[in-house]
Amino acid sequence: MIQDEDFKVSRRGVLLGGVATTAIASTLSPTSSAQTSLPQVEPVSLRFTVNGQSRELMLDTRVTLLDALREHLDLTGTKKGCDHGQCGACTVIVNGQRINSCLSLAVMHEGDEVTTIEGLGTPENMHPMQAAFVKHDGYQCGYCTPGQICSAVSVLEEIKAGIPSHVTEDITAEVGMTNDEMRERMSGNICRCGAYSNILDAMSEVAGEIA
Amino acid sequence: MKFIKPAQQNPIDQGRVVGKPTTRIDGPLKTTGTAVYSYEWKDVAPNAAYGFVVGAAVPTGRIRSFDLAAAQEAPGVLDIVTYKNAGPLGLGDFNTAPLLGGPKITHYHQAVALVIAETFEQARAAAGLVKVDYARGEGVYELSDQKDSADPTDAAPDSSQGDFQSAFERAAVKIDETYETANHAHAMMEPHATIAVWEGDELTVWSSNQMVEWGRQDIAKTLKISPDKVRLVAPYIGGGFGGKLFVRADAILAALGAKLVQRPVKVVLQRPLIFNNTVHRPSTIQRIRLGASQDGNITSVAHETWSGDLEGGGPEASTQASRPAYAGENRLMQTRLAVLNLPEGNAMRAPGDMPGSIAIEVAMDELAEKLGIDPVEFRVMNDTQVNPDDGKPFSRRKLVECLQRGASEFGWEKRPSPPASKRDGRWLVGMGVAAAIRGGPATKSAARVRLESSGKLVVETDMTDIGTGSYTILAQTAAEMLGLPLEQVEVRLGDSSFPVSAGSGGQWGATSSTSGVYAACVELREKVRMALGLNAEAELNFADGSVSDGSAERPLTDALATGPLEAEGEIDFESRGDDHSYFTFGAHFVEIGVDVHTAEIRIRRMLAVCDAGRIFNPVSARSQVIGGMTMGAGAALLEDLHVDARQGFFANHDLASYEVPVHMDIPHQECIFLDGDDPLASPMKGSGVGELGICGVSAAIGNAIYNATGIRVREHPITLDKLLDQMPEPV
Amino acid sequence: MRPFTYERATSPADAVSKAAGRRNVKFIAGGTNLLDLMKLEIETPTHLIDISGTGLDQIEPTEDGGLRIGALVSNTALAADPRIRRDYGVLSRALVAGASGQLRNKATTGGNLLQRTRCPYFYDTNMACNKREPNSGCAAIGGFSRQLGVVGTSNACIATHPSDMAVAMRVLDAVVETQMPDGATRSIPIAEFYELPGGAPYIETVLEPAEMITAVTLPKPIGGKHIYRKVRDRASYAFAIVSVAAVLQPDGSGRFACGGLAPQPWRVEAAEQLLPQGASAAAQRLLRDAQPTEGNRYKLKLAERTLAAVLAEARS
Repeated sequence: MIQDEDFKVSRRGVLLGGVATTAIASTLSPTSSAQTSLPQVEPVSLRFTVNGQSRELMLDTRVTLLDALREHLDLTGTKKGCDHGQCGACTVIVNGQRINSCLSLAVMHEGDEVTTIEGLGTPENMHPMQAAFVKHDGYQCGYCTPGQICSAVSVLEEIKAGIPSHVTEDITAEVGMTNDEMRERMSGNICRCGAYSNILDAMSEVAGEIA
Repeated sequence: MKFIKPAQQNPIDQGRVVGKPTTRIDGPLKTTGTAVYSYEWKDVAPNAAYGFVVGAAVPTGRIRSFDLAAAQEAPGVLDIVTYKNAGPLGLGDFNTAPLLGGPKITHYHQAVALVIAETFEQARAAAGLVKVDYARGEGVYELSDQKDSADPTDAAPDSSQGDFQSAFERAAVKIDETYETANHAHAMMEPHATIAVWEGDELTVWSSNQMVEWGRQDIAKTLKISPDKVRLVAPYIGGGFGGKLFVRADAILAALGAKLVQRPVKVVLQRPLIFNNTVHRPSTIQRIRLGASQDGNITSVAHETWSGDLEGGGPEASTQASRPAYAGENRLMQTRLAVLNLPEGNAMRAPGDMPGSIAIEVAMDELAEKLGIDPVEFRVMNDTQVNPDDGKPFSRRKLVECLQRGASEFGWEKRPSPPASKRDGRWLVGMGVAAAIRGGPATKSAARVRLESSGKLVVETDMTDIGTGSYTILAQTAAEMLGLPLEQVEVRLGDSSFPVSAGSGGQWGATSSTSGVYAACVELREKVRMALGLNAEAELNFADGSVSDGSAERPLTDALATGPLEAEGEIDFESRGDDHSYFTFGAHFVEIGVDVHTAEIRIRRMLAVCDAGRIFNPVSARSQVIGGMTMGAGAALLEDLHVDARQGFFANHDLASYEVPVHMDIPHQECIFLDGDDPLASPMKGSGVGELGICGVSAAIGNAIYNATGIRVREHPITLDKLLDQMPEPV
Repeated sequence: MRPFTYERATSPADAVSKAAGRRNVKFIAGGTNLLDLMKLEIETPTHLIDISGTGLDQIEPTEDGGLRIGALVSNTALAADPRIRRDYGVLSRALVAGASGQLRNKATTGGNLLQRTRCPYFYDTNMACNKREPNSGCAAIGGFSRQLGVVGTSNACIATHPSDMAVAMRVLDAVVETQMPDGATRSIPIAEFYELPGGAPYIETVLEPAEMITAVTLPKPIGGKHIYRKVRDRASYAFAIVSVAAVLQPDGSGRFACGGLAPQPWRVEAAEQLLPQGASAAAQRLLRDAQPTEGNRYKLKLAERTLAAVLAEARS
């Protein structure tokens, strides 16, 4: 099936995959002579602000925000744990809201303001949440940690903003800065090392200071 | 340096740095995103191409043919590695399944190709065009079906003492129950990842690996090159839990790919591939028979375990958990290994002990109940200071103290009795206990220490920090030995150009690698003595940046007149001897709630009391223990790689469908360490606790569920579907 | 992920006109499900139309006292809206029971309705799946089916619909508003929005090519006690094994629908009539035509007990 309409660039004269083909699955689709290849992707420009700095990139449309940060801007503090929205290691803050950067196309962030772990603080000048994580040993291997911290900072904001959660007792009432509220809201950030209890201690300390 | 036991008074005993709660020295890097993990070494390979792995679509069989034309022609593609162009490959000492499959396929998602392209997006898309024609082979996948054909294994020989059979027959009170544990995934947060760079015939890999020297050797063996030509670098590792003990496909394929395209290549195993491509903790079936006298003395213990692996693989040695656990002179330990065509089974945090502890510690609960004895008391009664398995005294065994301290701290006396008698709102509430027992091994470990003219002390060893806190305890050790503040010590880890360490595994890392740094520091102290011409007979005292022989005190920097002072040292535990058994001990206490309607299970409280002699850093040791408790909670309640025996694979192969605990699953966790030293263990007088915390915790949860509901589930994980049929009607 | 071209739409009309006539196009907004599936080449669009700038991010009152929720309103914003919390609590509850905070910040109302199944065989392109590849078979039947459907399924597909939000929408009698390329609009009651799998599980909704969801409207509030009870092994960040969305009135009457059981939010009005008789009668009617597998038969009992829990909560 040819999908010429979507690609203006020449495509080495080969066919593009159709709607529901799955090329990996040889058990389902034994080798056929009708092999298809892929068209060239024309880069798309992106201008956005990352950690306060204006950045401009020309990107393959398929590049995720996560890979734009890691592979194109060398901001490797944001981690790729699963690349499928199932672990939270890639959490960054976009326009004030935390998101999974792995499930977001970079080109959809034109004009956005992105804050990554590098934008929160540095080893010499840590954000209070970063310092609290160190103090309470809220991490072990460190791989989920940037995502945990970006989430933790956002979670305190979300509670303050009165956004309800699954554990909010009365959904029409104000939301309290409770342990359960923090644990529930942090549940999209998996820590396989099991630092959860310490992360909560770190967050509680910061929450106490800002309350 | 040979470790001569018992360790005598030594500088570590000062306890100025070692043993003090110390936040991690790598903390500021890890919390700011500036610690560099394997896939992130931009500067060493700025022009790296991207590799994307294609996994086998069948669990067994052969590749009949590849059709790579479309993938080769896809934009950006540089080349494709398959067995056809990889050249002959060896099999690493620690691998069971070849890391590059073809023509024979050994397991589902075994790597069969690496597509290399200019960008990640191009490589991934082209990988989707790789067509492989397989002749699917026959295979067997269910352990329960293969149980009767399972064989004894040299990796875990059977043993017996006394006459189990007749003692068990005579026992006044006994249980005979069978337990099952599931296949578990390590699911560390950093996927396996490697950057490979060739310079001539020399290969450097930045690869996420717990055991740098094993990795270097196995990469060389697999690629059929000299180990001298391989350098492995792994200063930061995003979790391992045993899943990164050995070389995996990312490293081999990156190296092959970099050779093929003549430029650096980086490869990360995509998450949905990892569960079947790499290794897992094999499921087990375990039969426990325990016999006791009427007054509760155990007379007979039998632990039989079955597990499966690929041809040539090893067992999940679950009897390990019962061997040192409790008294009882008549014993039978049996391990059977079946051949399965699932992905490779291998070590995961506390291999053997973790699933074994589920069986023996639930069985203890069952027997205690039958005897009408409190399960804490029953364990205390059957404590032994001599390992019943080998007849040697334990170097240190404070299990009774852990149990009693825990019972008191946890409020064990409030445990609901009888079972299913306490309700709190929508929850049935119960408490459970179990012992934690895990070996305290130690192994050869070397380090290099260098006092630089700036006054900085640099420690170099190929030891890894997989979240364990190695950086910090090694810095503490060196600081203690040289009388320097912690900030003046820089620790460099995870590079095969550094002296060979014990590496991170089997809970041996902490005591071995600190002892290696201790040994190196002993050498360096001697060099300082010579450089300063201090009294050769006197005991030196290093403190506050100075050294004194009792008569003269000199600043350490005076020793650097002719340049930096450097020393290497190695600790050798060969002589630790055959006259003691080395273990660590603990006790887990858990309170859980089970929803009266839905049988959802939620943990309410967790406490571990642990003892391993001197705790080098209570901060990171505590984290190790609570991390083990968290992973054990997953095994108890969630984690189960489901075998689809028709397809021959683990069906739930991503992080959405293989559920590991999240924040909401884990309550506040308490961890208490007993005070005291174990001078028989090492010069550091303590052992690691990286695996102690996971032993027994799942059993404690299972026992708590029984206490809450009166329902005994012997198949872990205990999920609500296993309780529902027996749940009482809610009132 | 297959290559695709990308453009931004400025309005719903612009979006549907850009999509009109194209064969392999997808609208993208939050992207939290679509990109996941594109990475695995389960979805392989060759053109994406970014509708995030089409302005459909408002929640407004309707003339009949209900609310119109723009298709782009995020799950977080919808759950937090004071009107939703006050008058449609079951919807707010269902939203916050789903996914994670990060995902809810991106996921949209329209996209949530169109989430695809989490069946592990749908997710593995080596496996036969009639939903992913028409007429290739179903590896889930006879496979690992603990999470999969027990009712409304067919011998071609036993997948479930994963949304929590849609279950609440179903119980609230929401209406899906769409726009077509020819300028026409449709109002599709949610009861008619989803298609059962039958022999064609790849057809999941009644949406036509290039038809775009613009809003979901809620009828005027019906009062009652609003409960969303989600049962899962993991305490959070997990799909439902069984969920119950219910609006229960003081007289014992009410409405309920279930998630985790079927290819779509599962509501049987005849079962609601039996609510005053208790959970057992209502659940049995709800699941009268169930065809569970050995691996998911427990869901029948679980559904009944979850409904009992909901009724108990309503009484308390």
